[in-house]
Amino acid sequence: MRKVWETPGGIHPAENKHQSVGRPIGQLALPEQLVIALNQHAGPAAEPQVAVGQTVLKGERIARSGAAALHAPSSGTVVAIEQRPVAHPSGLPAECIVIACDGRDQWAERQPLADYRSVDRQRLLDTVAERGVAGMGGAGFPTAIKLATDRPITMLIVNATECEPYITADDALLRERADELLTGVDIASYLLGDPAERVVGIEDNKPEAIAALRAAIAARGADHAPVELAIFPTKYPSGGERQLIQIITGQELASGALPAELGIVCQNVGTLYALKRAIVDGEPLISRVTTVTGRACAVNGNYDTLIGTPISALLAHNRLAPERLARLIMGGPMMGIALPSSELPIIKTSNCLIAADDTEVAAEQPAQPCIRCGLCAEACPASLLPQQLFWHAQSQQHDKLEAHNLFDCIECGACSYVCPSNIPLVQYFRAGKGEIRQQRADKAKSDFARERFELRQQRLEQQERDKQAKREARKLAAEQAKAAQAASQASGDEAPANSAAAMIAAAQARAAARLASPEQQREKLERAIASSRARLERADANLAAASAEGADAEALKPLLAGQAAAAQKLAQAEQKLAALAEADSAASPATESTASADAELDAAGRAIAKARQAAAEREALSPAALLDRDIAALDKRLTKLRDKLVAADDDQRELLAASLAKLEAKQQALHSQREAVADGV
Amino acid sequence: MVFKPVSSPHRHAALSTARVMQWVIAALLPGIAVLTWQFGWGTLINCAIATATALLCEAAMVALRGRSIRFYLNDYSAAVTALLLAVALPPLAPWWLVVIATASAIVIAKQSYGGLGYNPFNPAMVGYVVVLISFPLEMSSWLSPQSLLAAGTSHASLGESLAVVAGASADGWTGATPLDLFKHGVNGQLVDTFYAEQPLFSGAALAGVGWEWVNLAFLAGGLVLLGRGIFTWHAPLAMLASLALMAALFWDGGSSTSGGSLPLHLFSGATMLGALFIITDPVSSAVSTRGRLVYGALIGVLIYLIRVWGNYPDGVAFAILLGNFAAPFIDNYTVPRSYGHQRARRATEHPQ
Ligand code: SF4
Ligand code: SF4
Repeated sequence: MRKVWETPGGIHPAENKHQSVGRPIGQLALPEQLVIALNQHAGPAAEPQVAVGQTVLKGERIARSGAAALHAPSSGTVVAIEQRPVAHPSGLPAECIVIACDGRDQWAERQPLADYRSVDRQRLLDTVAERGVAGMGGAGFPTAIKLATDRPITMLIVNATECEPYITADDALLRERADELLTGVDIASYLLGDPAERVVGIEDNKPEAIAALRAAIAARGADHAPVELAIFPTKYPSGGERQLIQIITGQELASGALPAELGIVCQNVGTLYALKRAIVDGEPLISRVTTVTGRACAVNGNYDTLIGTPISALLAHNRLAPERLARLIMGGPMMGIALPSSELPIIKTSNCLIAADDTEVAAEQPAQPCIRCGLCAEACPASLLPQQLFWHAQSQQHDKLEAHNLFDCIECGACSYVCPSNIPLVQYFRAGKGEIRQQRADKAKSDFARERFELRQQRLEQQERDKQAKREARKLAAEQAKAAQAASQASGDEAPANSAAAMIAAAQARAAARLASPEQQREKLERAIASSRARLERADANLAAASAEGADAEALKPLLAGQAAAAQKLAQAEQKLAALAEADSAASPATESTASADAELDAAGRAIAKARQAAAEREALSPAALLDRDIAALDKRLTKLRDKLVAADDDQRELLAASLAKLEAKQQALHSQREAVADGV
Repeated sequence: MVFKPVSSPHRHAALSTARVMQWVIAALLPGIAVLTWQFGWGTLINCAIATATALLCEAAMVALRGRSIRFYLNDYSAAVTALLLAVALPPLAPWWLVVIATASAIVIAKQSYGGLGYNPFNPAMVGYVVVLISFPLEMSSWLSPQSLLAAGTSHASLGESLAVVAGASADGWTGATPLDLFKHGVNGQLVDTFYAEQPLFSGAALAGVGWEWVNLAFLAGGLVLLGRGIFTWHAPLAMLASLALMAALFWDGGSSTSGGSLPLHLFSGATMLGALFIITDPVSSAVSTRGRLVYGALIGVLIYLIRVWGNYPDGVAFAILLGNFAAPFIDNYTVPRSYGHQRARRATEHPQ
C-alpha cells in the first residue's frame, strides 16, 4: 500500500454514513417533469437549443455551453424555458428548461466509443464536452477543460475520499460499479497523455468500497495500466483537493496554484464514472447517484437519479415525514447549502440530500464572544488563524485579512464546527472575501477612470495655455499698431490719409477686429469638439465594458445610440471648425498684402513680424492641414468601427452599420472638401 | 415547504464556551481541596465571597451595558475568574480584600474592556495585583500548613475563620510561604543548610510543606484540561521549561547566593496555578502555537527574575501581566505558515 502523509488540522465529526449504504443503489419512478437548470456548470450559463413545444428524446442535447452540454434526461416535450428556483448558493432563480416526460423514456441514437484510444485526443475531449461531463463533487467544473491541460501530467488522482459526513454516493458507486470507474480512469488517463501513476485516494471508513476496488483492480488484465490505492485515516476535510494531494504525495500546492502545476490532476469518482458512461456507452451525463438521507426520511439510500428530478419526488420516495424536517441540505452537513424549499431540481453536482430533523442540525444559537481558545486554529486544514481572521473581519480590516491569508481559506467549515462560542466563522470569511473582491474590482475601475480624467485634464490645460499665448500675441500687436499711429501723428507729419502708417494701422485694426470674432468662434468650436470627443470616448468605453461583461443586445442598444449621437455632435462641430478655418484663410491674403506695403516703416517693423507670425500660426492651422487631421482621425474611427462590426452580433450589427454609414458619408464629404482646398491653394 | 436560509456548516461539535468554563472549574477542585486540607476554611470562604462578588459585578456591568444578563452569566467565565482569585489570595484574608480584588477583576479588567474575549489582561491577575500593591501587609500574611501548626493547635474552625475574615486577628495560624521564607531567610547560608534548619522545608519532599501538594493538585487538574483538549501544551510547557532552565542556570550549586532549587521554583508559590490555569487563559495569551511557546517561555523567565531579583517573593502575577502585555506583539511575529505558502507572514505585512 502507498505511503500517505499527514495534513494539518482537521476534525472528526460523527459520520452518519451507515444509514444510507445498507442497500443497493435504487431506481426511481420517472417523474412527470424534469427541470434542467442552465447554470449548473462552473462558468457562463448554457444556451438553450430547443424551443418550447419541441419534443426531445432521452440523451438529446438541449442546451450548449462552452465545455459541457446539457441533455434531455428522458424523452418528452419541452413545456417551458423560464426562470425557476434552483439550488444555488446565491439563492437566485435561474433559467431552466422544463421537460414534460412522455413516459416512454426513449433514447436518442447513442454512439458508443468503446475503442476510444483510436480517437484523436482533441476530438475525444470535444466529445467529453459534447456529452456534458462535468465535475460531480464540487462546483460542476467542465471535465473536458480539466483534462485538456497543456502541462505534462504525471499523476491522476481519483478522489474517493467522500470525507463529509452522511454522503455515500461514491461509496455506493464503488461497491457496485468499481470496474466501470476503472474504465473511466483509463479514459482520463488516455486524455491526460497516460500519466505515470494513477492513485485512488480513499478513507479507511469504507472497507467494502476498498475491497470492491481491490477486486476490480485484480480482475483487470495485465494490459491495463496499474491503479494504486492510497488508504488513509478518516478526517474531515481530507477530500479537499489540496489536502488530498498532500496526503498522497506529501507535496503542498502553492497558494493560488493549480494541481496541474505539480503534474497532478484530480477527478472525483462520480465524474470518472460519468466519463465512462459518456464515452464507452455513449450516454451523455443525464443521471447521477444521489444519497438521500437524514432522520426526517423513513428510508435512507442511494439512487440513480435523473438530472432535473424534483427533490420533492426523491423525498416522497423515501417517505419524508414533513413535520420532522428541520432543515433540507443539498451536499454534506459541513459545506452543503440549506435549500429554501423542496421544489428544486437535482443538478449534476447534487451528491446528497439530507432531510435533517432537529437532532441532526445545530440549533441556531446566538454567537458568544470569541474566547480565543484556538480550537479553530487547531482545526483549520489551511493552517490559518480563524480567530484572528474573525477579529479583523468584524472590524473590516481588509489588509489584515489578506495578511492572514484569508484567500487560502477553503471554506471547509471546520473552524465553525469546533468553535465553542458558536461563531459562524465561515460566514464571516465568505463575506470578507466578497467585500475584498468587490473592492478590488472597484479600485481597478476607479484607477482607470482617474487615469482618463487626468489625461483629459492635461489636454484641456494644454489647450488653455495655447489660447492664452495667442491672446497675448494679439494684444501686443494691437498695442504696437496703436503706438505706431500715435508716433506718426506726434511727428506732426500732415501726411495724407493714405500714408503708409495709417494704412498699416487701419489694416491691423481691421484684421484685429476681424480676427477677434472668428477666434472666439474657433475657441468655442474647439471647446465643443473637445467635449464631444470626451463624450464619444466615454460612450466607446461604456460600450466596450458592457460587451466585455457580456450584456445582451437589449442592454447595449441605448449605449450604441448614445455613441452614435456623440459621434454626430463631434462631426458637426468639426465641420463648422473647418468651414471657419477656410473663411479665415480666404481673408488672410489681405493681411499679407497690407503687410508688404509696410516694408519701409521702421516703427511698424516689429508689428509686421508679429503679423507674420500670426499668419504663420494660422498657416499651421491651414484648412488643408485641418482637414488632413480630421480625415486621419475619421479613418481611425472607421477602422475601429469596422472591427467592432465584425465581432458584433446581429442586433448590434444593425446599429453599428448605421453609424458606419454615417461616418463613411462624412469621410466622403471631407475628402471632397480637401480636394477643393488643394485646388484652391 | 419553505425554510429559512442558513449558512453551512450545519453541524456543530458539542463543546461550548460554558462547557469549557465548567471544565476549568472542575479542574480547580483538587487544588481547592488541597488548599483547604492544608490551610483550613479560608480558601472556601474566599471562594464564596469572590464568586458572589463576581456574579454581582458581572450582572451589574452587563445590565449597564444593556445586554442580556442571563446570556452572559451563563458562560461561567465570571465564576472562573472568581475561583482563580480565591485560590490565589491568602486564606483568611479580610473579606473586603477579596471583594476589592474580585470587583477590580470583573469591572476594570474585564467588563470595561468589553467583557469576555476582549480583555487584554487576565482579569484574575489584574485583581490580584491591585490588592497586592495596595495592601501588601494583608497580602503577605499566609497561614501555616496543617503539620506546622504549634502542637495541640489545629486550623481555625469555621466560626473562627469567619471571625478572622470579618476582622479578628489570625495570630497563631499565620506563617510564611516557602518563597517568602527563602527570599528573606537565607542570609548567607548554604541552601542545603537552610533547608535542613527550616521545618517548612525539612518536612517536605520537594518545595515546602503543604505547598508542594497544592502545586501537584493544580498540576493534576490542569492535566485533565489538557487531556480534554481545552488548552494546548505549548504555553504551560514553555513556561515551566524556561522557569526550570533559569532555576538550573542560577542554582549555583546551592551556594549562599543561589536563586533557589529547581523544585522550589516549580512546586512552590503559584507556579502550577499560573502555568496551567492562568497563562492558558486563551483570551489574554498569544494565539498561535509558536506564539504560545514564546509567550510561555517569556513568562517563565520573568517569574524567575521577579522572584530572585525583584521585591516580591512570588512573581507569577506580574510576570503574567507583562506576558499579556507582550502577547499582541508576539502574535505579530508568529503568524503560522499557511498551507501553500513558502513562509509565514507578519500580521502587519501588506499583501502584495
Ligand atoms: S474556536 Fe471560536 S472561540 Fe475559540 S478562538 Fe476560534 S473563534 Fe474564538
Ligand atoms: S473554513 Fe477556512 S478558516 Fe475555517 S477551518 Fe476551513 S479553511 Fe480554515
